[in-house]
Amino acid sequence: MAAVAAHYEELQALDVHALSVSTDSHFTHKIWQEEELSKMIDGGVPFPMLSDAGGRIGTVYGVYDEDAGVDIRGRFLIDPDGVIQAMEVMTPPVGRNISELIRQVKAFQHNRATGEVLPAGWQPGQPTLKPGPDLVGKVWQVWKPGKNGG
Amino acid sequence: MTDPLSSCARPPTVGPILSPEQAAAGDDGSAAPQEVPRMIARVGKPAPDFETTAYHQGTFKTIRLSDYAGKWVLLCFYPGDFTFV
Repeated sequence: MAAVAAHYEELQALDVHALSVSTDSHFTHKIWQEEELSKMIDGGVPFPMLSDAGGRIGTVYGVYDEDAGVDIRGRFLIDPDGVIQAMEVMTPPVGRNISELIRQVKAFQHNRATGEVLPAGWQPGQPTLKPGPDLVGKVWQVWKPGKNGG
Repeated sequence: MTDPLSSCARPPTVGPILSPEQAAAGDDGSAAPQEVPRMIARVGKPAPDFETTAYHQGTFKTIRLSDYAGKWVLLCFYPGDFTFV
């Protein structure tokens, strides 16, 4: 959460609107922001912090842990058509990797703009694949697994 | 008049707002139709819409996911305020 806030400018530059969600009330979000987050991050968390009291939103997203009564860690990248393009769900002890998220945003946006597909580990500027009859059986000519971090 | 989002009684949150197809997709036959279904989020499928209360830059507001139609959205769930990771 704080890590997403710390990379907020990068997300904004990609025109991605962040929303955080937990089962805490909006009152709790306010105090967390004032007492702690604003001291971790200049200006505090800049995006809306949503309350999922009761876990009903988390339930339909598959992240609500009924035993603990909380939403576990899950992030969902939703495109301008409202379609989920990527999701990642993790148990609570381990935080997410924002740089991988940023890479995925760039890759999905590139695909949306060009129709090109992006091989494993693709980073902006690296070769892309243009699906079609000519590419069948020829991927080896433009891309090898293990190169470019893939 | 007191802002309902600031009153002692928490405002009722709407929660998920599902299309009939989404509601049916999550229905495993055990839940009554009006109950919240099980997980229906899938890659390549519409994100389940919802409405709830939020804190944002000093104010309380009501937010719907569909308010963000036409934009890229990163929806991040996390276990709770004042946790450590």
